[in-house]
Amino acid sequence: MLLDLLKETIWSLSGNKARSGLTILGIVIGIASVITMIAIGQGAQNSIEKNIQSIGSNLIIVMPGAQRGGQVSGGRGSAQTLLLDDANAIKTETQNISAVAPEDSRRYQITAKGNNTNTQVVGTVPEYLDARNIKIDFGTFVTDQQVRGSAKVAVLGPSTRDDLFGVDTNPIGQSVRIKNTDFQIIGVVQSKGGSGFNNPDDTVYVPLTSAQHFLSGNNFVTTISVAAKDQSVMTAVQQQINDLLLKRHKIEDPAQADFSLMNQTDIISTVTSVANTFTILLSSIAGISLLVGGIGIMNMMLTTVTERTREIGLRKAVGIRKIYINLQFLAEAIVLTFSGGAAGIFLGWLASLGLASFLEMSTQVTLFSILLAFGVSATVGIVFGFYPARRAANLSPIEALRYE
Amino acid sequence: MIKCKNLTKVYKNGEIETEALKKISFKVDVGEFVAIVGPSGSGKSTLMHILGALDAPTSGQYFLDGQEVSKLKDDQLSELRRNRIGFVFQSFNLLPRTTVLRNVMLPLLYSGISMKERDRRARRVLKRAGMDEEKFYDRHSNQLSGGQIQRVAIARALINNPAIILADEPTGNLDTQNSRLVMEAFQKLNDKGSTIIVITHEDEVAAFAKRVIAIRDGKIEKDTGN
Repeated sequence: MLLDLLKETIWSLSGNKARSGLTILGIVIGIASVITMIAIGQGAQNSIEKNIQSIGSNLIIVMPGAQRGGQVSGGRGSAQTLLLDDANAIKTETQNISAVAPEDSRRYQITAKGNNTNTQVVGTVPEYLDARNIKIDFGTFVTDQQVRGSAKVAVLGPSTRDDLFGVDTNPIGQSVRIKNTDFQIIGVVQSKGGSGFNNPDDTVYVPLTSAQHFLSGNNFVTTISVAAKDQSVMTAVQQQINDLLLKRHKIEDPAQADFSLMNQTDIISTVTSVANTFTILLSSIAGISLLVGGIGIMNMMLTTVTERTREIGLRKAVGIRKIYINLQFLAEAIVLTFSGGAAGIFLGWLASLGLASFLEMSTQVTLFSILLAFGVSATVGIVFGFYPARRAANLSPIEALRYE
Repeated sequence: MIKCKNLTKVYKNGEIETEALKKISFKVDVGEFVAIVGPSGSGKSTLMHILGALDAPTSGQYFLDGQEVSKLKDDQLSELRRNRIGFVFQSFNLLPRTTVLRNVMLPLLYSGISMKERDRRARRVLKRAGMDEEKFYDRHSNQLSGGQIQRVAIARALINNPAIILADEPTGNLDTQNSRLVMEAFQKLNDKGSTIIVITHEDEVAAFAKRVIAIRDGKIEKDTGN
């Protein structure tokens, strides 16, 4: 009996391949686009979190410019209120810290061997490795001597190395040109697996003083990174730095501070809110696709049942019980929505993979998106494929057979 | 076997009420061959639909083998249509995009009978209905002639060996030769004991029956069997 049901269902669906195909297509596209959209959003969130987490959780970042509660300050680095001496003072006068690394960082177009790229150039000191939890891969990092002597040396991040010299090459001894000055390469750092903006793998490190003399042309520092000894002293250390800098900059009212302090948690929440907005945008687009897809499915189902009212009447007329007629239409709706659903999920997963490998975007298919997309499509398909059929099966055979 | 008492059917089309049947009463015994004749609009098809349990009367009673049909539940009505009545529609009403065999087997769906047995019965009943050539059995209805389709519809009506066969203008779409073939098939069935009621407006067809009921304007005008 179940076999009959299955056979009738398949026969019925394959008897009108065009209509079944179009219905499934609607479901597939709706589901695939929702899954892909949400995968992109989730991927973006993941890569941002990974970038930030690679920094280290004991890190406090001192930046010039006022802190504007919680938003990403556009003025980061553009104000000039921090000096190298501030960094030195922090080093000597603050307790419970393990590293202090001032930086003078900016984006430049750099060239080497006929290739060029736009990248972040960080002028800093040896302690940067400790402060930022970075390890050297081969060669050496910037040394104190090189900082004292404003040496024209550079250390590359692995992505920059790949872009300029070729993947996995050893560029030590060759040079890069930054703002009309040649810097000799002395080392390459290990990958931290970042992507997108502020990617630690796509960075060039030079001595702080070299950056100040040859690149930015001033004495200010754009950031001071401070690594606290451990998480338990974070609050105390932040307070000490705050008080110290207020005193040094001769500012009475903390609200008027010309610098701001951020730790990893602050950064995460700031950037997460940006990522959330992005995800909401993508989800809205996904939601609209789902809505349109749902309306399409509803339309196809209703049309199908209307056209088949006479068939329902005939089945009743030859004595097929109402329950079997209902079950058949229910089974058809389920087969359509489930097979469309499976294909859509597969296609969405494939699209996410494709984007990740061909466009180097980070994507992650989430269970939530699968359940949401499938749930909506299946519900719409089954409700609109089954209930109208049920109504038709309740007509008398003659009423149904006469249906136009 | 069939007893109708004061059958009335009223159609409502918005504000317009049409009385298709006006208190029709008559009886049909087992094994009779009845022809129902009358001009179009007289109510013949309406009466037939009620006799076939495909529609319900507005008032009055229809007894089949002692049971009042209007009091039956939906599943019981299905059983009636499936096993005890074989209905042949004037417009054939075959399933589109479906083979001849599957069309004939339709009433056997969900019956628990094996596919092999269903196939056997379908072929046997197709031959009884006058369609011998097996090459047509896998064709779809749009590949057949009107006469062939009608014979498929008759075969479908016969597959469960119903006691009663109701045929609404079974030759209405057929040429003379095919009409004769179909009526001879009914004759054979009646000889074997089936009760047959046929609606027709052609005298040549009515001549096959042993009893003629004439209907006009929803009432019985003449009944040769009374």
